[in-house]
Amino acid sequence: MKLLTTLMGAAALVGASSMAFAGSHGGGATPALIFDLGGKFDKSFNESSYNGAERFREETGIEYREFELQSDAQREQALRRFAQQGNNPVVVAGFSNATAMGIVAAEFPDTDFVIIDMVVDAPNVRSVVFAEHEGSYLVGLLAAMASETDTVSFVGGMDIPLIRKFECGYFQGARAANPDINLIGNMTGTDGSAWNNPVKGGELTMAQIEAGSGAVFAAAGGTGRGVLQAAADAGIYAIGVDSNQNYMHPGTMLTSMMKRVDVAVYNAFNDVNNGEFTTGIIAMGLAEDGVGWADDEFNADLITDEMRAAVDAARAGIIAGDIVVHDYMSDGSCPVN
Amino acid sequence: MDFGSILQILDSAVRFSTPLLLACLAGLWSERSGIFDIGLEGKMLIGAFAAGAFSAIATMPVYDGGWGWQTGGMWVGMVAAIIASILLALIHGVASITLRGNQLISGVAINFFAAGITVLLGASWFRQGGDTPQLPAGGRFRPIELPLSETLSDVPVFGPIYQNLISGHNLIIYFGFFAVLATYWVLFRTRYGLRLRAVGENPGAVDTAGISVVKLRYSAIIITGILCGIAGAYLSLGTSAPGFGRDMTAGRGFIALAALIFAKWRPVPAMWACLLFGLLEAISTKYQSIDLGFMVLPGQFMQALPYVMTVVILAGFVGKAIPPKAGGEPYVKER
Repeated sequence: MKLLTTLMGAAALVGASSMAFAGSHGGGATPALIFDLGGKFDKSFNESSYNGAERFREETGIEYREFELQSDAQREQALRRFAQQGNNPVVVAGFSNATAMGIVAAEFPDTDFVIIDMVVDAPNVRSVVFAEHEGSYLVGLLAAMASETDTVSFVGGMDIPLIRKFECGYFQGARAANPDINLIGNMTGTDGSAWNNPVKGGELTMAQIEAGSGAVFAAAGGTGRGVLQAAADAGIYAIGVDSNQNYMHPGTMLTSMMKRVDVAVYNAFNDVNNGEFTTGIIAMGLAEDGVGWADDEFNADLITDEMRAAVDAARAGIIAGDIVVHDYMSDGSCPVN
Repeated sequence: MDFGSILQILDSAVRFSTPLLLACLAGLWSERSGIFDIGLEGKMLIGAFAAGAFSAIATMPVYDGGWGWQTGGMWVGMVAAIIASILLALIHGVASITLRGNQLISGVAINFFAAGITVLLGASWFRQGGDTPQLPAGGRFRPIELPLSETLSDVPVFGPIYQNLISGHNLIIYFGFFAVLATYWVLFRTRYGLRLRAVGENPGAVDTAGISVVKLRYSAIIITGILCGIAGAYLSLGTSAPGFGRDMTAGRGFIALAALIFAKWRPVPAMWACLLFGLLEAISTKYQSIDLGFMVLPGQFMQALPYVMTVVILAGFVGKAIPPKAGGEPYVKER
């Protein structure tokens, strides 16, 4: 065992020292983007921020630099490296980067920083937060209406308040459509690996299906791939998250809870490029189209007119303030479970 | 806890333990012949990658550069996984048998090589950050319903056990349990097995009897490669997360080594050890927090449980585990 620990220590060292910065050219005010654990192509959260950056590159022809975090230890290091090399803005998606951002932002007061999913109170930081509970409410409504059983379920990634916020909104939506519906919720884990553990995601989903779930919502980054696949194999409905994941399993993908991380990244790059950058908190909810449900050719056959009417009414109700969706993060508890 | 949920946990435990079991048996073959192999992890990883990549290529539409197969893609993946894993095993063999190098260092090198080359090739072939694409149904091993599982489902107790626990797994899982019996029979009931065990205990004696130590050890290493390849293929073709993801073995090769020590290098105890580790993982997945009545065990406790149990078992319950005597020592003929 001693040998084993020595080896693992060595592995961790190599992992940390092999930081490679991808990108085409350094210097100048090149925008920079940092992807959180889970990987750039998680088909979900990080991929959405990648898509936003790509859109900026295609429209303006300006290259950007990027870095994929491999471990928690790299968060501060990556931010500082990008800031030192004069990149502007430095955008990082993921709540876990808040502490590192707070430290580095104070060291580089002339650099513009953007953090998504968390609030960092500093004069040169823009914090973008989403009203995930509102979008989750809509897909919960759809899940409860589509489910052929009297149960719907949820698989979360890491057990943190943000993911509880998804879960709570989803449960509220499901209860709104059917007050008697059973709700099952599971979290994949309590550390960063929970964002990329599709095997466990699949097992959790199978257990939920066994317990009677007829529709499952995955808010779990790369772990969601296993959830969506297990649902497709069992023939129950599944709901994707962050990016539009409807194309992955047409026929069983009911919809996706879109969180427009791409828009947040695109706007940040663009605002700095046009000299219109503002700091402070930007909240993106249903009204701002920051969240919503994915409606495309892959799920057109699954959404009935009745469901469409109900979800449109709920959306209008939330925007108008007639329906109040409880935000888990406001008090750390959920009224339904 | 009712009968249904017990069955479901056991069912899940079987799925979790299969890759451990195959890797553990792979390690058993190698170590019984006197070659320590901490490169199980790397061989599984490259097997998982080769399986995911070639199954994806076989099932991809022709206009995307694939072969357009509707079914059978998983067999291409399986063969590729076995070949890739054997190649790595042979590198380990050349380093530790022919060149008489340090077996631990060679194993570590294989783990690092596999971790790097899979992501590198994956990124260059599929451009998805080192992952392979999602696999369609024709590129994966799907659960098999054994005959009569519907008819027998009404029989009390046995019916549900047969239907849920024994039937409804994929081919690789059944192969894993078959491999336990096959390993036991070959190692302990055949002449080849006797010689192989002898070469791990006292290669000098085997050499004196006029049997080639080198050939025996290479044969064991190749079997290790085959089993590791299948274990890797299970991860990318046989679970509900089809396709390769970077570092998808996640330390299973090392847990398999722990199980091997726990089982004292014997095939049938190895199966029970792997099932125990699988069961712990299944329990921690199913019960994220357990209410004991007077207190609630938090989810963190349940998730740490497999690892805590590994330490407790290895430190406290194994007793003295004696590895094959000649393990780790390159064989040098005396002059």
